[in-house]
Amino acid sequence: MSIDIDPIATDEPEQAPRKVVQPKMSFRKWARELGWRHLIGIAVVIFATFPIIYVLSASLNPTGTLTGSNELFRNLSFENYVDLFSDPRRPYAAWFMNTMIVGIATSVGTVFLGALAAYAFSRMRFTGRRVGLLSLILVQMFPQLLAVVAIYLLMRGISDIFPFIGLDSLIGLIMVYLGGALGVNTYLMYGFFNTIPASIDEAAKIDGAGHARIFFTIILRLVAPILAVVGLLSFIGTTSEFVISSTLLTSPDKLTLAVGLFRYVSEETNSNYPIFAAGAVIAAIPVMALFLYLQKYIVGGLTAGAVK
Amino acid sequence: MTTTSAAERPTAPKRGIHHQPPSMKVLVVKILLLAIVDAVAVFAMTALFFQRDWLVLTIVALATLLVNVIYLNPGMLPAKYLTPGLIFLALFQVFVIGYSMYIAFTNYGDGHNSTKDDAVAALISQNTVRVEGSPAYRVQVVEGLPGLGLLATAPDGRVLVGTAEQPLEPVDPGAVTMDGQRATAVDGWTTLQLQDVLQRQQEIASLQVPLSDDLNDGFLRTTDATNGYVFQSTYVFDEDADTMTDTVSGTVYRDLGEGQFQSDDGQVLGTGWQVGVGFENFLYPFQNQKFGEALIWVTIWTFAFAVLSVGLSFFLGLFLALTLNDPRMRSRKVYRVLSILPYAFPSFLSALVWLGLFNTEFGFFNEVLFGSADIPWLTEPWLGKFSVLLVNIWLGFPYMFLVCMGALQSIPEELTEAATVDGANGFQVFGRIKFPLLLVSTAPLLISSFAFNFNNFNIIYMLTRGGPRMAGVDENVGHTDLLITLVYKTAFEAGTRDYGLASALAIIIFIIVAAVSAISFRQTKALEDLN
Repeated sequence: MSIDIDPIATDEPEQAPRKVVQPKMSFRKWARELGWRHLIGIAVVIFATFPIIYVLSASLNPTGTLTGSNELFRNLSFENYVDLFSDPRRPYAAWFMNTMIVGIATSVGTVFLGALAAYAFSRMRFTGRRVGLLSLILVQMFPQLLAVVAIYLLMRGISDIFPFIGLDSLIGLIMVYLGGALGVNTYLMYGFFNTIPASIDEAAKIDGAGHARIFFTIILRLVAPILAVVGLLSFIGTTSEFVISSTLLTSPDKLTLAVGLFRYVSEETNSNYPIFAAGAVIAAIPVMALFLYLQKYIVGGLTAGAVK
Repeated sequence: MTTTSAAERPTAPKRGIHHQPPSMKVLVVKILLLAIVDAVAVFAMTALFFQRDWLVLTIVALATLLVNVIYLNPGMLPAKYLTPGLIFLALFQVFVIGYSMYIAFTNYGDGHNSTKDDAVAALISQNTVRVEGSPAYRVQVVEGLPGLGLLATAPDGRVLVGTAEQPLEPVDPGAVTMDGQRATAVDGWTTLQLQDVLQRQQEIASLQVPLSDDLNDGFLRTTDATNGYVFQSTYVFDEDADTMTDTVSGTVYRDLGEGQFQSDDGQVLGTGWQVGVGFENFLYPFQNQKFGEALIWVTIWTFAFAVLSVGLSFFLGLFLALTLNDPRMRSRKVYRVLSILPYAFPSFLSALVWLGLFNTEFGFFNEVLFGSADIPWLTEPWLGKFSVLLVNIWLGFPYMFLVCMGALQSIPEELTEAATVDGANGFQVFGRIKFPLLLVSTAPLLISSFAFNFNNFNIIYMLTRGGPRMAGVDENVGHTDLLITLVYKTAFEAGTRDYGLASALAIIIFIIVAAVSAISFRQTKALEDLN
């Protein structure tokens, strides 16, 4: 996970010499060489941002229907945001909390289970290790999504014994998500664990530290960056997950944002849209802020993955 | 990310060297955690014991034993680290895959939900009528651990108690409180007060307590919570002949091994049970020509959707990366940040945002861009396909843009220079040198992107729910359905849920994705890093 390639941040140093080499261009030359690039850039930016601007505008429009939202930013009011939290049949606050609970619990669990396994694979030699690593990858070929029927029936069976971890329970949903904790993530962590020199373990061992102490107090701190990456990926994946959560969760106050907002907006698109838009904006702001704040690392990670 | 091969490093802990006794604190935490796990397991086993689910009980017991052995044994270090993750993996990933395969070979679904015994019991108890002239029991509604029950005083004075699951059994006369000729309370059960009775009227009215183990004997039911009457089913099950007889019409229904009772003239009783059906679910598309044709269209569209999504967003991303890669351009950074916004926007909301834009009557596109037109963006077969693709490209191109930008920048400048010296023009440099190198480095991402879009449930389901529906097909199959949305609709949204067919479809998807990935990964050597 090196982050040395960073297309966005590399802008600054290039700008200074450019001005020296190309002090001024004729308009025709500019249009031929750079103008069309700007036109394409503007077109793509409009394509990329318009839906987001539209939903922001709709969320601020007090007319209460889709029709009124078509004139962008004509009326501004926070009415929809107030309404969003005031209808008990549409417990947005509960959905938001549920999404956070499920997202955070799953990502913490995934990081913890994955780190334990990665430590074993990276630092210990045992029979079945190579086979274990290979089968982790192979198992992931069958996404949980495809087994949604079996998961539903399994959870229905668990409901008969433990109603509070079966259908319609957040704990049950988190457990299902944790089924995917080992897999690609473990593999990612395994690679990173291998870059931590084994001599550190050895030194600690000589000083009398046991395996658990080495793992919890030394290794986990050294691999913190990959833990953050895996946690973030898992959080994003979990909060956007729809199929399994929509089959397992039923009662309105147990839903996650993805399921709740989908059911709400698809039952009556026209009249529910502005309030959905307000909910979407609130849900999107933290994610987008985080993304823009971390974009250097995310972009770096992506491109490093691509050109490994 | 290249690292020295882990095998070469002297990392393997030598057992025995660091076996100091663990500190008190560690030991306490360990034993506490283990105690919690064991307590949960014992609770589960008790519940399973009462449900007489021996197979699952054995598995839970063995797993608990194994966990205890692993954590109480001083050795087995790797197992200590792997077990927590493996438990979840085993249950919610490996087991459900196996279970899916099993379900695919059964007729599991609405009407075939349970075992034959349950189906027989359901058929008998769903069709009861009062036996004319049967004696009245005096009853009292009581509640105990097994749920709601009836405390009945028979016409001959015997006092009995039972629930929907437990047939009436005589109770010890010493434990009964009598009020004249009527038992009103019994030890171990709570007598329902009038208020509760009124509140739970429906529940009480539907309560049927079997008279004996043989359901054909009849049930005790009450409508007013004071008098109970004997009800008998109009259906009689003959265990020896394995037939169900409707005593009203006299029709005899037989079990022909298809998980249901069928009469000679082909009538089927609604409640059936689960049986293995071999490859029937896999052959279903071949037997039902309409569905088979629909399935072929869905498969073609699934491939087209995945390929076009990946291809178009890749080319748009690449084009954008090339366009904006000119260092002389001012405000490149602004363009870049703004055009990757769709990637930052939570993906589960994106489809819903577009849902509003596409709305036929009131959406922005029809109202503003096309002057109040009524273009059916999502409800016309071809336009629907176009629309979902458009949204998916919107979602996918920023990722491709970032990836292409990184890949382009990692191609060494010397290659371009060398080619230019040899007389290649800009297009040749790109087409013969940069593009092939770019494809090599992005191939694994394109493959995984393909696999993802092959099962891109959210975008399709949230925008069109797979619709518009194909005409002339009995099953709910739509023009924009992917295989995965078809699985979901077959299992959870069809008039009769068919888990068997849905699982069979899921397995077909798995085989397709696995084959495509295996073929393509074989060339990318992705597995070579393993040591």
